[in-house]
Amino acid sequence: MSEGSIPVLMTKEMQDKAKLIRRHIIKMIAEANSGHPGGSLSAADIITVLYFHVLQHDPKNPLWPDRDRFIMSKGHAAPALYAALAESGYFPVGELLTFRKLNSRMQGHCDVVTTPGVEMSTGPLGQGLSFGVGCALAARLDGRKYYTYVLLGDGECDEGQVWEAAMAAAHFKLDNLIAIVDRNGIQLDGWTKDIMNSEPLDEKWRAFGWHVVVVDGHDIYKLELAFDEAKMIKGKPVMIIANTVKGKGVSFMENKAEFHGKAPTKEQAEKALKELE
Amino acid sequence: MCAESSMRETYGKTLVELGRENKDIVVLDADLSLSTQTFMFAKEFPQRFFDCGIAEQNMMGIAAGLAASGKTAFVSTFAVFASSRCFDQVRWSIAQPRRNVKIVATHAGVTVGEDGASHQAIEDLSLMCALPGFTVICPADAIETAYAVWSAAANPGPYYIRLPRLKSTLIYDEDYQFVKDKAMVMRDGKDATIIATGLMVERALRAADELAKEDINVCVLNMHTIKPLDSKAVIKAARDTGAIVTVEEHVRQGGLGSRVAQIVAEYAPVPMAIIAIRDAYCSSGKPEELLEQQGLTSANIIEKTRALVQKKPKSRR
Repeated sequence: MSEGSIPVLMTKEMQDKAKLIRRHIIKMIAEANSGHPGGSLSAADIITVLYFHVLQHDPKNPLWPDRDRFIMSKGHAAPALYAALAESGYFPVGELLTFRKLNSRMQGHCDVVTTPGVEMSTGPLGQGLSFGVGCALAARLDGRKYYTYVLLGDGECDEGQVWEAAMAAAHFKLDNLIAIVDRNGIQLDGWTKDIMNSEPLDEKWRAFGWHVVVVDGHDIYKLELAFDEAKMIKGKPVMIIANTVKGKGVSFMENKAEFHGKAPTKEQAEKALKELE
Repeated sequence: MCAESSMRETYGKTLVELGRENKDIVVLDADLSLSTQTFMFAKEFPQRFFDCGIAEQNMMGIAAGLAASGKTAFVSTFAVFASSRCFDQVRWSIAQPRRNVKIVATHAGVTVGEDGASHQAIEDLSLMCALPGFTVICPADAIETAYAVWSAAANPGPYYIRLPRLKSTLIYDEDYQFVKDKAMVMRDGKDATIIATGLMVERALRAADELAKEDINVCVLNMHTIKPLDSKAVIKAARDTGAIVTVEEHVRQGGLGSRVAQIVAEYAPVPMAIIAIRDAYCSSGKPEELLEQQGLTSANIIEKTRALVQKKPKSRR
């Protein structure tokens, strides 16, 4: 879509949807009393744009061969994905509250075996992009037009396998592969620049042969434009580096490493939901 | 029965045959296609062959993605890399979702020889058998290798097929019928059972022939599939012969001997001897020298079997 063709209302609807996704994230993690709110909230706008604007998918037919693939490589952000899948109609929204409970279809980290719409089991970081390369190669072999999207964390980029996959994707000239880094700047132990500095991230991906787009990962409209640009690039894979805020949308979680993998208390959850009204 | 044949070469040729029959067969390698013999497939089907460079972890992930998109992905590299180097990727990208990925790992065991301990996969069976849902096969010769590869292609789910660098003596002829997940009875006998896998089967047969001259008649089982283990065959062997010797080119822990012992201990306790690599890394050397050092010889199989038969309760001798 070209600039200006998106009605303001549509962007507003998307913003509302992103807020709804954030509310689900808080409720799920609070109910489970465990989970990863920080990286789920930072990815909420990216996931919303993907599931309600970019992806060609059919919730009634999760294995439709021509569907676009979305791979949540940062598997601990599963709540954001589950919320988007439920809101898309893959399973009832009410089921979200079974998250992390015994025999739930929604494990703590993404599980392709149990959750409709999930493409790959993730959790051990660094594995998603390689899998995405495989999906993109298969599309080329079969002459299918689908795109493969892979969402990575910036902390995840510490993993060597990410860079093996980065090299391979460029080597195989996979212009049907689009990756996104949710660059929230924080990993479990603290700021990424202090724990393991990955900057300049954009230059690294460019040096690996990717077309790189840097975008505000909380600006719905700009994210849509970034995906539009990505699909126009030929002969190389595209990396969208989305600058985000860990814990985005909940004041006391924003930029707090402690909320990487900690559930809010009942009171904190109520406060968070009030902020997300 | 003493013709030699390369299991790796058979693998390469079998892949080409499979590729001609099924356009969904894809092959991945990590810069070792000349050694693993996948180059034959690469030559005939360049579009369906992916050399991933020296990046095994990435290769396993790519194979999983191809498999998730309807392909049957054969992945080859040396056993030492295929098992331990990328265990996490095999565990989570392949085993858990039961992807249709067939890992055919070559240069397994100490018989890789002169390259030394770094390249001798002696823990791979233990690692791969630990993964829920994996089928683990260790063929005994080139003919069985072809069957194992065809079986892997025909049956969904993850496979690990372990091949040596060395040429093997043919123990089968063209009439051989490979039965999926079933041990092959190579010799009948009542005094003990030798259960062997891979290159050790031929040694077990030679040992059995020698023991027969002493009037010790042993049953020999080729346990080509280590997982799922043919536990019925193990229980039958224990009950029928009252003593079991296992032989494998692998460490004692977690391989054939361990897995057989689990079944024997639980369902049919009888005296056992486990012939395997001791709990230490080996060194460079000629394959035969290394096998000798580890007791993986027919002479040692004879000695251990003879001693075990003596240990049997008198009523069962």
